[in-house]
Amino acid sequence: MALVVLGIAVVNFFLLHLAPGDAAQVLAGEAGSATPEYMAALRRQFGLDQPLPVQFVQYLGNLLTFNLGFSFRHGLPVLELIGQRLPATLLLMTASIGFAVLAGSALGVVAARNAGRLADTLISTLALLFYATPVFWIGLVLVVVFSVGLDWLPVGGMTSVEAGYGGWDHVKDVARHLVLPAATLGLFYLAIYTRLMRAAMLEVTTQDFVRTAVAKGLKPRRIALRHVLRNALLPVVTMLGVQVGSILGGAVLVETIFAWPGLGRLAFEALFQRDLNLLLGILLCSSAVVVVVNLAVDLLYTVLDPRIELAR
Amino acid sequence: MTASSPVLEVEDLSIRFQERGRSLLAVRNLSFQVARGETLAIVGESGCGKSITALALLGLVPPPGRAEGKAIRLEGRNLLGLGPEALRDVRGRRIAMVFQEPMTTLNPVLTIGEQIVETIRDHEPASRREARDRALTLLERVHIPDPVRRFGEHPHRLSGGMRQRVVIAMALACNPAVLVADEPTTALDVTIQAQILDLIDELKQGGMGVVLITHDLGVVAGHAERVLVMYAGRKVEERAAADLFATPLHPYTRGLIAARPRRRVEGGERPRLVEIPGTVPSLAAMPPGCAFAPRCASATEDCTAAEPPLTSLEDGQVACLRVGDFLAPSHSLPHARLA
Amino acid sequence: MSIAQSVLPAAEERPVRRGLFARLLRRPSPVAGLVLLGAILAMAALADVAYPVDPLDMVGTPFLWPGADPDFPLGTDMMGRDIAAGIFHGARVSLLIGGVATLVSLVIGVGVGAIAGFFRGRADHALMHVTELFQTIPPFLFAIVIVAILQPTMTNVVLAIGLTSWPSLARLVRAEVLRLRDGEMVQASIVLGLSDARIILTHVLPNVLAPIVVSASIMVASAILTESSLAFLGLGDPNIVSWGSMVGAGREVLRTDWYVATVPGLAIVAAVLALNLLGDGLNDALDPRQNRR
Repeated sequence: MALVVLGIAVVNFFLLHLAPGDAAQVLAGEAGSATPEYMAALRRQFGLDQPLPVQFVQYLGNLLTFNLGFSFRHGLPVLELIGQRLPATLLLMTASIGFAVLAGSALGVVAARNAGRLADTLISTLALLFYATPVFWIGLVLVVVFSVGLDWLPVGGMTSVEAGYGGWDHVKDVARHLVLPAATLGLFYLAIYTRLMRAAMLEVTTQDFVRTAVAKGLKPRRIALRHVLRNALLPVVTMLGVQVGSILGGAVLVETIFAWPGLGRLAFEALFQRDLNLLLGILLCSSAVVVVVNLAVDLLYTVLDPRIELAR
Repeated sequence: MTASSPVLEVEDLSIRFQERGRSLLAVRNLSFQVARGETLAIVGESGCGKSITALALLGLVPPPGRAEGKAIRLEGRNLLGLGPEALRDVRGRRIAMVFQEPMTTLNPVLTIGEQIVETIRDHEPASRREARDRALTLLERVHIPDPVRRFGEHPHRLSGGMRQRVVIAMALACNPAVLVADEPTTALDVTIQAQILDLIDELKQGGMGVVLITHDLGVVAGHAERVLVMYAGRKVEERAAADLFATPLHPYTRGLIAARPRRRVEGGERPRLVEIPGTVPSLAAMPPGCAFAPRCASATEDCTAAEPPLTSLEDGQVACLRVGDFLAPSHSLPHARLA
Repeated sequence: MSIAQSVLPAAEERPVRRGLFARLLRRPSPVAGLVLLGAILAMAALADVAYPVDPLDMVGTPFLWPGADPDFPLGTDMMGRDIAAGIFHGARVSLLIGGVATLVSLVIGVGVGAIAGFFRGRADHALMHVTELFQTIPPFLFAIVIVAILQPTMTNVVLAIGLTSWPSLARLVRAEVLRLRDGEMVQASIVLGLSDARIILTHVLPNVLAPIVVSASIMVASAILTESSLAFLGLGDPNIVSWGSMVGAGREVLRTDWYVATVPGLAIVAAVLALNLLGDGLNDALDPRQNRR
């Protein structure tokens, strides 16, 4: 894990130097937006006159002290900016993944229990369609239908600023704003979890221990929940870890469409202001989120699967 | 029901597989009985229909298969035609099953205790505590050391032999009248095999009937009272175990015994390890007449003409046209005489 | 199931092993995938014939709804560009970028996987760390940064997608190669003294072809998705028309003229769906376990 974190730093350093022009210009955002004094300070701080290995060590030193540089466009340190935007993204991620896993698992179970019948065909076709539909297009269609057409849900943003809600009303307001972005981001993963759960259920059902449970005369409900579902959840949890990175990527699209004030939207802004250093900072922090989530998933897995202790 | 009446009675059981417009019989017109405290071994090569028979006893024939025939009578009650809920109630409570692979028959994510307790609680109105106490007693009965610790452990921490003991404890959870054991020792080491078989012998002292399914005649000797030999879905011989080993009648039975390594038959030549030539015919391509004829050294033209009927003997049954020849004085069979 | 198999297969003499294509055509969904993909390939091939004018040129009245003018069956956008022309030319761009990016991915993924699996030990260790690294960095974000730094040209978009989508393939190939490596065929080749490169190319990779082919079709699908997403964000090559950029442009008039964004989106769905259906079908047809059924 430590090696991976170091690797991410190397990749970032490499990208920084790949950008056209002097790295100091990149670090300062677009040329001209920073003061000459700051540029000189940057050059000194990053030792841009030094050989590359020395520069790298200094870059690492900065990372270790959580110094990701300064965004002149926003007038704030990069780390502070990211800190402001991260919670919104985490909320969006949790909501969409929660929706995808719960609804996807449920649909997968229904499909598996009706394998080969109409319900299965319908669910599987739907999953196939969602799996093939670009996230941004789902977002636009949902906006057309639910915001423009039916006027049920807000078009974008995270809160109704003018309303100035407090307390419980604020929570409800955010929830209303969350529905469409979470559904947009979640539908693609819903398709994945539906397919995964369907396959896992069918696979687990053929296992010997399920036959044992039937032979023991257990109640069908207990067999389904305790023996089949519990084991079928294992690949779902594994998939969760694999997909964090991809969800963070999808967040860029969804937050852009729905003006959701998270990391993805910040990345989009940085992209258009050519604030490359901010963009790299976001890439670094997103990778860190992936690392942390994967650690959590590993932990969850040890709880769900007692055999894991052997592998460790 | 008297003490001598059989606890399990199978009458004219057939198992049919119907798929893509074809209908194949995996088991044909099988009848047998098991008395209390008795072990009946069902023997044959793989593909002869013995495992599917075991599943049929619990109403577990997987689709597209179907059990049909007169009756599978457990303690006088016919299981054929019972609804799913009634069948579920009988399974695990009155008739229980032990499978071949102790490595895969236990759920890897549940503790051993949980898997025994759930069996009890799905059949009887026992409290958590009662169920737990009974599970611990069961673990003791199958000689698992330190049952309290094992109770809370997951299956992967146990050896194969220990797991099979757990599976047996699970099967005994509700004191079933019949235990069906499908190749219970095949996946285990030889020394462990004997321990598990001894354990089953010990447990049936309480009056439980046992159906022991195996391909290994070595497992049968000393652990079964009677032996039923199946070939291509049909019973070809059923005799008391001692008689069957002393004077096997059906050429297939003799083949199985000859193919069994070790041991010397009293008064006979030292048997060589002889494989029965050929393989079990596929259900779709049954030879005419006796299914064993193509592999049988004693087969005559008559054998391929019609299927030999099951003939009753003094101590059992056999289905072979030439059984009269085998009963000739040179073979000298004191017990087995055509009835 | 297992019992039915133990009873029945012996009963069934398998007819002569049919060809891959015949097996593909046995099921409806890969057939649907092939038909759809064929249609899109035809659009890409015929783009210059059917719509010889640059699809970025203004050719009609802006905001013609689909069906309003028979000359523009799919309508025109806010700049008076023919949407149908954009779909045809966009097919070419999507397939080209998806295909070439997948090729880049295949070269990296198969190379890394084969070397790691075949040589094991230190090479495996190092390469798997690199793979893990690339799996940790969010791929789409990574692609955005690469394109942003290198400038949005078609080549850079291809590179960005190719560079960020190989890790799972590398793992798959590695696992297969590890399995094959201990097989008799490879062991025999080693005994015969064949060179490592020769063994990998002639004895290992051909046997890993089936899973690679399946992955490739799915990878083209997701490359098309990634390309359209980049273009939607404005990170596509500004000189070419792409389905994603068409949706992105249509977003501005979403409230009133939602068809501008919707129609090219349907084209993306069709292309990705076709490749996924084909991938699933290939998976079934190539899976030896499936053949027994």
